[in-house]
Amino acid sequence: MRRETIVNAALALGLLAFPLWAHWAGEPFYITLATRAAILALAGVGLNLALGTGGLVSLGHAAFFGLGGYAMGVLAWHAQMYTPMQVFGMTVPGTKSMPVIWLVAMSGGALLAALIGALSLRSSGVYFIMLTLAFGQMVYYFAISWPAYGGEDGLSIYLRNGFPGLNTLDPLQFFALTYAVLMAVIWGMARLRASPFGLALAAARQSPARVQAVGIGVFPLRLAAFVLSGAVTALAGALFADLNRFVSPSMLSWHTSGELIVIVVLGGVARLYGPVAGAVLLVTLEHVLGGVSDYWQIFLGLGLLAVVLFARGGLIGALAGRAVAHD
Amino acid sequence: MTEPALEVRGLRKSFGAIVASDDVSLDLRGGEVHALIGPNGAGKSTLIAQIAGALRPDAGSVRLAGRDVTGLGTAARARLGLARTFQVSALAMELTVLQNVVLGVAGRAGGAWRFRGAALRDPALVRPAREALARVGLTGEATSVVADLSHGQRRRLELAVALALKPRCFVMDEPLAGLGADGSAEMTALLAGLKAQAPILLVEHDMDAVFALADRISVLVYGRIISTGPPDAIRADAAVREAYLGDAS
Repeated sequence: MRRETIVNAALALGLLAFPLWAHWAGEPFYITLATRAAILALAGVGLNLALGTGGLVSLGHAAFFGLGGYAMGVLAWHAQMYTPMQVFGMTVPGTKSMPVIWLVAMSGGALLAALIGALSLRSSGVYFIMLTLAFGQMVYYFAISWPAYGGEDGLSIYLRNGFPGLNTLDPLQFFALTYAVLMAVIWGMARLRASPFGLALAAARQSPARVQAVGIGVFPLRLAAFVLSGAVTALAGALFADLNRFVSPSMLSWHTSGELIVIVVLGGVARLYGPVAGAVLLVTLEHVLGGVSDYWQIFLGLGLLAVVLFARGGLIGALAGRAVAHD
Repeated sequence: MTEPALEVRGLRKSFGAIVASDDVSLDLRGGEVHALIGPNGAGKSTLIAQIAGALRPDAGSVRLAGRDVTGLGTAARARLGLARTFQVSALAMELTVLQNVVLGVAGRAGGAWRFRGAALRDPALVRPAREALARVGLTGEATSVVADLSHGQRRRLELAVALALKPRCFVMDEPLAGLGADGSAEMTALLAGLKAQAPILLVEHDMDAVFALADRISVLVYGRIISTGPPDAIRADAAVREAYLGDAS
């Protein structure tokens, strides 16, 4: 078996075993911590498709993450206030159903990504980074200045949304749900990366001229990847807001975009389980170092520096060696 | 008379005051190697870029098997059967040799829009790719990462990817660039075998290879084609000798 497969399996099992242990030990806080890591990992998996496989360094993914959060917030708020929404002249009730919220979040994320991608992907390199940042900040300031849904204060939801057959208020059950979503998305990503589309997307990162020369347009390829990436990150945003039962413009700020990039880089750019490793590491550092010092982010910065300088493949690269061609 | 595989008419391109292509016309007929030679700065690369679709001409037209493709981009021209190789190898360096060729097969089949099913487990993609690799003698390197290949192997891989496109014509920009004497001889033999598959428009500096391979030669100087003809005629052409070949041969 390949070393990376073993490392991936260990990560997946570890992330599953930790909350089970916490449940057994009667420490629900650690279950929440693991849930947070799983959700951030999911957001990272979304970003990794664009940033890692596609080589599209987006500093605007908070827009999709936050949009997912607001999809949850707005729908649940209307449901808990018993006030239907007016959408294009139609009266639509709010909902407390996670599957519906996820669908709305992913569709919204995909649409927003299509819009931002269609405009930003005409450029590349540092201009692409700046454009995505600019669009992200536009969404952020829009959320702050729109008073209907709490503006700067955000929206609180009294009760976590429901999923058929589960009690989502139980930390372990909610963790199991987010974990299942994460694993399903990673499975899909693995298949996508091995498909002709994934092959072409990776090749377009390494040599756009080559991809064009074999008859594949680079722009539509990248746009499709960006849209998928935005949809997955929006799904993670909906779960994140549900975890906190709160959504605010901070989910949309560029700090969040930066944090998602940190997760991907720490774990291993373009590695299937990179974002999982990165999210687990970030949440662990946040918790452990946060208890030691208020300035824990200095240590995070040093760690990031070390990864960029000495371990280009991130944590996965350090553990599993260089990326091997997959079939 | 059959349509030429590639037909360039009145191509003109200028960058400011510099005229890089000045009313260039040439054609590529079935079964031939048509070499394009000229001193550095003559505008060969600019011409290739316009033929491949990377650069839009100011005036003139490019026809591929009778179809006007002047308004189409690189990818669309590739799908219509124009296979280009690059002067500096353009390959996906982190992917394997086989993956690079499979990409060519997939592109030809319009298959980049398949999101499911592993590319390397699809016989319809892998079998033609392996055949192309066998043609250029890279079967043993199929699972090597391109970054680990030698320069000569990369040049041959470029050919394999072009072959995988099952093209109507090849447009090759200095396929012998950087190869040693042995590599050049090997590559020349390979190219001689390819023209039966599809005609080749060959830009090359290696005059031994050009005169060994070409059925016709066009000489480009300062953006203009000053002469086109069979190798013997070009060798004897006084204007060509003065402009380019100097006192050689």
